Amino acid sequence: MGIGIRAGDAVTVRSIEVDHHHRTPWFVKGKPGKVRLVHGAFFNPESRAHGGDGLPKRRLWQVEFLQKDIWGARYRGRADDVLVVDLFEHWLDRP
Amino acid sequence: MTDEHPPLIHAERSRRAVRILAIRRLLIEKDVVTTDELDDIIVRARARTPADGAKVVARAWLDRAFRERLLGDARTAVADLGYQLSHDAELAVVENTVDVHHLVVCTLCSCYPTSLLGPPPDWYKSFAYRQRAVVEPRAVLREFGLELADDVRVRVVDSTADVRYLVLPRRPAGSEGLGEDALAQLVTRDSMIGVAEARSRDRV
Repeated sequence: MGIGIRAGDAVTVRSIEVDHHHRTPWFVKGKPGKVRLVHGAFFNPESRAHGGDGLPKRRLWQVEFLQKDIWGARYRGRADDVLVVDLFEHWLDRP
Repeated sequence: MTDEHPPLIHAERSRRAVRILAIRRLLIEKDVVTTDELDDIIVRARARTPADGAKVVARAWLDRAFRERLLGDARTAVADLGYQLSHDAELAVVENTVDVHHLVVCTLCSCYPTSLLGPPPDWYKSFAYRQRAVVEPRAVLREFGLELADDVRVRVVDSTADVRYLVLPRRPAGSEGLGEDALAQLVTRDSMIGVAEARSRDRV
């Protein structure tokens, strides 16, 4: 299973709206990032928050984004400042 | 056992307190948790304080092999110091260097390395901190009294899921020759969240 992501890969966060609990912050949806590492597989919070068993477990990736890719000109800081977000694999696409 | 909360000392309850008590009552009514389980969670959270995280940091400053293990596999590294993490959450440690400064936030709620620092400070849970830390980290750091040099990159870590993040602050200049206990005195809670640096020796 999975989409064959490896550390170092470029990914894009899925830009979808869902009406259930999920752990993907709005500000990274649709944004390009780079996978740093995998934390392991964890219960799916989108199931558990609604009384489900959280299975199958989903792989959780640490993804790094350039701040300027997220906030554009609004971001005041260095061009190489980054934001790190932990995201479940089913929220990631390969560009 | 009763599901009544103890009488409040203050007649006027804050909106937040009212909300928390309502949620607590619902969780108990719906059998999601028991009062004993809630009490147990609170007791366990309060059993840890930032002094525990400070010991881990001080050891990492002194012991290079421990530092490497801490950065690679924090759970087993801290277990060697007697800290058993719960299985609810993983722990990751991010290291500040001369080139990069880390700042930890949980934009979705208030995830925090409670197993090493105890309960989070109120500001960590505030909407203001959670919103601003990701958008304008340098301004937030300035308000905490930390002005970063222009050549330092900022790496904000948003703990959105099952991993709790602890910052390994830089060892202060002038701390050479100090032992583990003395070094731990330099490590503040805020320096392990990333809104401050470790104290310098003359400010202890």
